[in-house]
Amino acid sequence: MDALDVTLRLVAVLLAFLLLPLLVGQTEHKVMAHMQGRVGPMYAGGFHGWAQLVADGVKFAQKEDVVPAAADRRIFQLAPAVALIPYLLVLVAIPVAPDGGVGQAIDAGIFFVLAVMGVGVLGSLMGGWASANKFSLLGGLRTAAQLMAYELPMLLAAASVAMAAGTLSLPGILDAWEWWWLPWQIIGGLVFFTAGLAELQRPPFDAPIADAEIIFGAYTEYTGLRFALFLLAEYAGIVVVSALTAVLFLGGWHGPFAGTLGWLWMLLKTGVLAFGVIWLRVSYPRLREDQLQRVAWTVLVPLALLQIALTGVVKVVM
Amino acid sequence: MTLTASHPGFLSPAGVEIVFVLVGLVTLGAALVTVTTRQLVHAALWLVAALGGVAVEYLLLTAEFIAWVQVLIYVGSVVVLLLFGLMLTRAPIGRSPDADSGNRWVALAVAVAAAATLLTVVIDAFRSTWIDVEESVAGSSKVTGTALFRHWVLPFEALSVLLLAALVGAIVLSRRHGQKGSDR
Repeated sequence: MDALDVTLRLVAVLLAFLLLPLLVGQTEHKVMAHMQGRVGPMYAGGFHGWAQLVADGVKFAQKEDVVPAAADRRIFQLAPAVALIPYLLVLVAIPVAPDGGVGQAIDAGIFFVLAVMGVGVLGSLMGGWASANKFSLLGGLRTAAQLMAYELPMLLAAASVAMAAGTLSLPGILDAWEWWWLPWQIIGGLVFFTAGLAELQRPPFDAPIADAEIIFGAYTEYTGLRFALFLLAEYAGIVVVSALTAVLFLGGWHGPFAGTLGWLWMLLKTGVLAFGVIWLRVSYPRLREDQLQRVAWTVLVPLALLQIALTGVVKVVM
Repeated sequence: MTLTASHPGFLSPAGVEIVFVLVGLVTLGAALVTVTTRQLVHAALWLVAALGGVAVEYLLLTAEFIAWVQVLIYVGSVVVLLLFGLMLTRAPIGRSPDADSGNRWVALAVAVAAAATLLTVVIDAFRSTWIDVEESVAGSSKVTGTALFRHWVLPFEALSVLLLAALVGAIVLSRRHGQKGSDR
């Protein structure tokens, strides 16, 4: 692997990181608008107001970057970066095409992606604490409680796939994948996707940023570009969780003509899952904080353990 | 890992070795700030830097699997738990006047003694061990798994029983006495 190859791969990952979250964000605006019959800005740029996204970006960049007087300045300013950068690192390890179609093949890939994604939550915690705002602190607390509850089922569900494939590397898992893994791992897939939603604080698991209760949680005091970075982290998170679910449970690039069109299958599966994430936001009410915890500990963890038992039994019998 | 009679020597260090020392210094510095800062939440965040530094050291020693587990468990879960506890109880912005302990000299003595013991043991055990960082197989998940479940299965099982006992103990301790469970 020479330097040029590495550079090209990293640039491709960076481009995907800059492009896909914006695409998901724009899709969310449009899908939500049409599902709820309130179309919003439709004129900027012509077709369906696509250039409104650019205008929003310019607006964010123009706003004053306010740091509250009582805030812990440095940590307050550092928090958005801590929230965003882990998702960029995770994208490096996600395979998009067969035979080396991955930014960097990592030996313990599953552990890498889950570990680095867990670091991103520190950004919300730092922002929540450093804002010196009660609502922010409450949001940070809820974020932490939610992460600790949903990390375990997510890990167990991913472990089930690793057991099935006999490897921890993401490209290795896809190489071992067969179509009948789809029904075999379906419980784990649902658990993983649900826990992923909770880790992103997306509806119906958005109690940490519940606007009707605590304004905007940890992000209440943020303005301008730093606020936009937090939003970008959320959309990058949707891309990462959808892509990971596609790789682990839906076979990633597997499909007809995988040799040449593998990347398209991967993109399609990720896109459908991301659409599902958006759909849930407009169709599901928010779970209360105690309901959140109960779902994690009494539903998702037992289901994930059941999936691991099932995987183990099938693996031994076959 | 190979036992070599001819030691490559410490003079003319390779790039990896220099990076290893530098990251070690950063880790040590972060750890020192963690225990000396008067701001509680800053201490927890410096702990992230220290634990992350240790993870980088594992990576440099080609122990990839251990490095990611270190990040997952310590940075991702233990520090989040710490921050949760701090924010739930007391986390003022600025200095905490009660963040200092009268035991600090005793703590220092214990820390130095523990460090000396560990250093002696590690240096004595791995004096002539040399890792070929170019090969990068010494710490892959396959090698780690094989070693763990072939040679170290008994300690592994003993540890898991210990952790289970701790889990049961925590549940027993956290249940309120004189109440028939929670009614919600």
